Order: sequence, then structure tokens, then C-alpha cells
Amino acid sequence: MAAAMWSFFYKLGSPPWLYAISGVILRWLLPGTLLALAVGMVWGLLFTSPDFRQGNSYRIIYIHVPAAVVALAGYYVMALAGAISLVWRMKMADVAMKAAAPIGAAFTFIALFTGAVWGKPTWGTWWVWDARITSMLILLFLYLGVVVLYEAFDNKEAAGKACAVLSLVGMVNIPIVYKSVDWWYSLHQPASIKFTGESTIDSSMLYPLLLMIASFYTLFFCCLLLNIRAELLKREARTQWVKKLARVVGGH
Amino acid sequence: MYFDSLHALLTMDGHGAYVWTAYGVTILVIVAALCAPLRRRRRFLLQLGAELKRAQGVAVGSTREER
Repeated sequence: MAAAMWSFFYKLGSPPWLYAISGVILRWLLPGTLLALAVGMVWGLLFTSPDFRQGNSYRIIYIHVPAAVVALAGYYVMALAGAISLVWRMKMADVAMKAAAPIGAAFTFIALFTGAVWGKPTWGTWWVWDARITSMLILLFLYLGVVVLYEAFDNKEAAGKACAVLSLVGMVNIPIVYKSVDWWYSLHQPASIKFTGESTIDSSMLYPLLLMIASFYTLFFCCLLLNIRAELLKREARTQWVKKLARVVGGH
Repeated sequence: MYFDSLHALLTMDGHGAYVWTAYGVTILVIVAALCAPLRRRRRFLLQLGAELKRAQGVAVGSTREER
């Protein structure tokens, strides 16, 4: 068991293996994810009843909540990868950290944008500087910070270290995002889905929401793999396996 | 289906513009997030493939001159 685990980690460090296995995973996971997203969106938009207080604007929940949940989860991925590359100097962890940053930024942007568009008809305003929304904005800046910081260094090893430190320091923001709606009284409502105790959402609304959360998770994973693959090729440009691949794509 | 007509689906009792904007922008961002790495990968491989072809051509050319 332990031997199998170590051989798995050993293989993870091998770029051609990672490139090949991620290609196989994506061939199945990406179409499946797109299908699940389409089903979830149609379900939420067309086949659920409106909220008794908010009316139809609540349908934004099916993209807002999944995007926000995965934007936070993605930060763990980025910070953990950063920590691994700092401590064990694992190159693939550095690739994963760099790959996670732009996707996390995209998901955080979706959460903020859909939140603003939901806020207008519900609260009467696009934006309030309350704790939840402000800490999500900081999350966006942290993701973008890693993207920009990585590009700012000519020395990529120094870039990786600086970004890993930034993403680890940024971890302090995560519990603030989670707890902000409980710690501060604000316009933003507390979570409706709870792991402990009764959820305050009807099951007819809960099932499409859970489907959308699951598909946003797999979407994040797909985007992560796609970014990792693009980055791998660039870093391994001098190796034989990448040259072979380039000859096949180049058509000679 | 909850809505009686296409009109009702589009307007959603006055919330249509908000809901459809939110979904539209989300879909755009998702498409961009998926296409960006795919395009980057393809462009890189094509560029490297062209470079290798050129290098091969130069190598072949130089051996001919030597003859």
C-alpha cells in the first residue's frame, strides 16, 4: 500500500507521465463536466420554482454559490502546492500552483460578478463594502497577485518562492471569508447548506445546487489540468518527448 | 418547466435581465478559462514544430554543401 502510494508520488513528478495521464482524464472528465453544467443550468433556470421572497433573481444561486465555494477550495490547492514546492522543491507542485492562480481568479470573478447582479434586484445595490464581499475581493487580488508576481520575476525559481510565500500568507483571508457572515451583521445571508443540522433550503432547490457545485469542482480540476499541461510543455521544451509531440502536431 | 411561455422565461417577472446577464457572463468566463490553455498549448506545439523543421532543413542544407 505504502509502496503503491510512493510510486504514485514518484510518477507525479514525471512530466511525460503527468501529461499522458491528464490527457486520458480530460478526455472523459471534460465532456462529462460540460454536460453536467448544462443540465444543472437548465434545471436551475427552467425547472425550479422561484424563491417565495426573492422571486426569480434567486436562480443566480446555481452559479454564484458553486463559483464561490470552488474559488475558496481552489485557494487551498494553490497554497498547498506552494507549500509543497517550498518545502520539498517539487517542480510539479510549482507548476500546479502557477496553474491554479488564473483559474481561481476566474472563479472568484464569477462569484463577485454574479453576486453584484444578484444584489441589485435583491438588496437594491450592486455593491456593499461588507465583510464577505470585501474578503472575496481580497481573494481575487491574491489570485491576481500570484499571476502578476510570477511574471514579474526573470528568475523563475525566485518567482515560484515569492508566489508560494504570498499564497501562504494569503491563507489568513480564508477563515475571514468563511466566517464573515457570522462574525459581522451584513446584507449577505449566511450559508443555507449545512453539514451539521438542518439545511435551510428546499430539496427541490438543493439537488440542482449540489449538481452545480459538483460540476464546478470538476470544472476547476479540468481547467487546472489544462493549465498544467500547457505549462509542462513550455518547461520541458528541450526534452525528446515534447519535441516528438511538436513534430506530430506540426505535421511532419 | 416552470415558465408558461418563452416571454415569461426571458423576462422572469422583471428579473430576466439580471439572471441572464449573470449566466451569460459566467458561460463566457468558463469558455475563456477552457480555451486559453488549449490555445496556448497548441500555439506552443506549432511554434516548436516549425522551429524543429527549420533546424532540420538547415542541417540537411549544410550537409549538402559539404558534399
